[in-house]
Amino acid sequence: MGDVLKKVPVREQDPKVRATNFEEVCLGYNKEEAMEESARCINCKNAKCVQGCPVNINIPGFIHEVKEGNFEEAYKVISESSALPAICGRVCPQESQCEGKCIRGIKGEPISIGKLERFVADWARENGIKPEAPKEKNGKKVAVIGSGPSGLTCAGDLAKLGYDVTIFEALHKAGGVLVYGIPEFRLPKDKVVAAEVENVKALGVKIETNVIIGKSVTIDELMDEEGFEAVFIGSGAGLPMFMGIPGEQANGVFSANEYLTRNNLMHAFDENYDTPIVHGKKVAVVGGGNVAMDAARTALRLGAEVHIVYRRSEAELPARVEEVHHAKEEGVIFDLLTNPKEILVDENDCVKGMRVIKMELGEPDASGRRRPVEIPGSEYEIEVDTVIMSLGTSPNPLISSTTVGLDVNRRKCIIADEETGKTSKEGVYAGGDAVTGAATVILAMGAGKAAAKGIHEFLSNK
Amino acid sequence: MYSILKAEALASNIYLMVVKAPRVAKHCLPGQFVIVKADEVGERIPLTICDYDREEGTITIVFQPVGASTEKFTRLKAGDAFEDFVGPLGRPSELCTEDLEEVKKKRILFVAGGVGTAPVYPQVKWLHEHGIAADAIVGAKSKDFLILEKEMEAVCGNLYVTTDDGSYGRHGMVTKVIEDLAAEGKQYDLAVAIGPMIMMKFCCLTTKKLGIPTVVSMNPIMVDGTGMCGACRLMVGDEVKFACVDGPEFDGHLIDFDACMKRQQLYKTQEGRALLKLREGDTHHGGCGNCGGDK
Repeated sequence: MGDVLKKVPVREQDPKVRATNFEEVCLGYNKEEAMEESARCINCKNAKCVQGCPVNINIPGFIHEVKEGNFEEAYKVISESSALPAICGRVCPQESQCEGKCIRGIKGEPISIGKLERFVADWARENGIKPEAPKEKNGKKVAVIGSGPSGLTCAGDLAKLGYDVTIFEALHKAGGVLVYGIPEFRLPKDKVVAAEVENVKALGVKIETNVIIGKSVTIDELMDEEGFEAVFIGSGAGLPMFMGIPGEQANGVFSANEYLTRNNLMHAFDENYDTPIVHGKKVAVVGGGNVAMDAARTALRLGAEVHIVYRRSEAELPARVEEVHHAKEEGVIFDLLTNPKEILVDENDCVKGMRVIKMELGEPDASGRRRPVEIPGSEYEIEVDTVIMSLGTSPNPLISSTTVGLDVNRRKCIIADEETGKTSKEGVYAGGDAVTGAATVILAMGAGKAAAKGIHEFLSNK
Repeated sequence: MYSILKAEALASNIYLMVVKAPRVAKHCLPGQFVIVKADEVGERIPLTICDYDREEGTITIVFQPVGASTEKFTRLKAGDAFEDFVGPLGRPSELCTEDLEEVKKKRILFVAGGVGTAPVYPQVKWLHEHGIAADAIVGAKSKDFLILEKEMEAVCGNLYVTTDDGSYGRHGMVTKVIEDLAAEGKQYDLAVAIGPMIMMKFCCLTTKKLGIPTVVSMNPIMVDGTGMCGACRLMVGDEVKFACVDGPEFDGHLIDFDACMKRQQLYKTQEGRALLKLREGDTHHGGCGNCGGDK
């Protein structure tokens, strides 16, 4: 038995080895480790961790079952609240949610809730345990737009309530950002994502890929002609942003979305697949969020020397601490308080470098973070052949511009009630990045869950 | 899966397929495109829609293989299927969405280069169905590369066919025909030029000189085709536009074609290697030391 104040450490691939492959970084707990870690939980009566979870999983409940070795029971407890535990156990920011509230964390380390959730979900998958489809169907049709975290959650919850749910996905594979955005080494696609998508299908949910709502069919047509009584929009984040600096159109400048989509959705790292990707020798990733870390660590695995170029300091990095830590371990170099001014190109319009300027932190801005200010005369050039812009996204207007009566806000995000997901159009609900702008997987799941409840109430009273 | 109902070679290295895709066929308009993927490992290839049948629920595509993924398309036959076929993407041609009375007032000249005849055809056909006869220039390298001549003839006003080598129709590039028509006293209020980038570039230079506003259809590198990746971005005037959601049609006089052509070269080496691998198996990297494997 180890120190009760400390988490049972989780096994990881060695940083030097994993920096050259796309296998999963974190190896997860085995049975013994999971049971030992769960024994640290003091089973609080008024559990704060549950309040910290956007989908309110009964955390002490499932951990208790793990402690007793009842893994199937533990899976059932989680499944009451979450359709995607193997995914959440891997990509949720637990440190600011459940684990951030854990009483154990006051005097020592919190319970490793995320790793335990992952263990339970992986165990269930490996032992062929699937959620059961509801016995009674109510025959009411609901359309879900997008098969990312919010859509899968909303669809799963509605299917459990007996609805006839169809998910429409624009790309050729279901999973949304879980498939095109988050890399294999953080979230294995076939083993984990495809398996959890299958679980949602096991609940009776149908998935139609290659349908772009607003183009292949509109929301009004789904409701008026195809018999859907309610629609949930979980269409995701949208169009990548660029800086607007000279040289940004050059060959070798990519959005993080493109770089990650080529590699994750299209498997460009795998030579059996046709989609190409540029293998840079020296890559600069501009930005400091989780997506920037994903792009940097992907470029590293493709053989590049990688620099994160971020205009604020380490304390302000929006990425999860764990991701920053992993990136550093693997050899990503952080050029902090540095901002690009111009991308330098050669005679063939290919990137040959970047002119950057040093920054310092000034007064706090509207977001409460200290505003980065240029230090005059501190410009210098760095030599890179690839630049990946990871600056966030702006909403895709495809759906809002083709749906009569659907209101958007000033930032073009769909306006939806936080509690119910209700939009300005009757029967239409929305959640996830399409509403909030780019955020996290679990927040999107929370929104999908809230909307499922909202839709159920709406259709029950109709 | 999306069944291929018809597959045929239209000309040397140019292929036509009719594909069952009811959702696309129900909504598409001329100017829009689809993304096609042959199998699990294939690329997502954007192709402009050449024709559609709303009743039958079919879309006609015409393509010229340039890399491994499109070369694979050519091996598919009627009865086979594409794994993925999604659309309609992009904005329809403005001619199909503008006030029809305004369109009727315009004297329109279409200029098609090579396989670009395929996306020109549905626009001319749409106008014809709405009582408007547009003129068209169709250019090809030689007689062997000419496509859709009869179909075009049936729907356009005057058709001017030209070949680079003079083996059929007029002799010379499409730009020469534009100039000749102007010299003959023909007047146009709008030109729509679709074909290889280099052809569109020179068409725009010519029409600019003649003062004819010109629309072009851009076909840059794309991945998702829905606005998510930004691979297809290009400068239109001093604005960054995404061809997949803002286009594919733009004011040709505002496009920096040289920059677009350079962007299109980005994956040429890798595409070439992938094509060789498909044709020759693993034999092409037998240790010459030059290509460094496939990727």
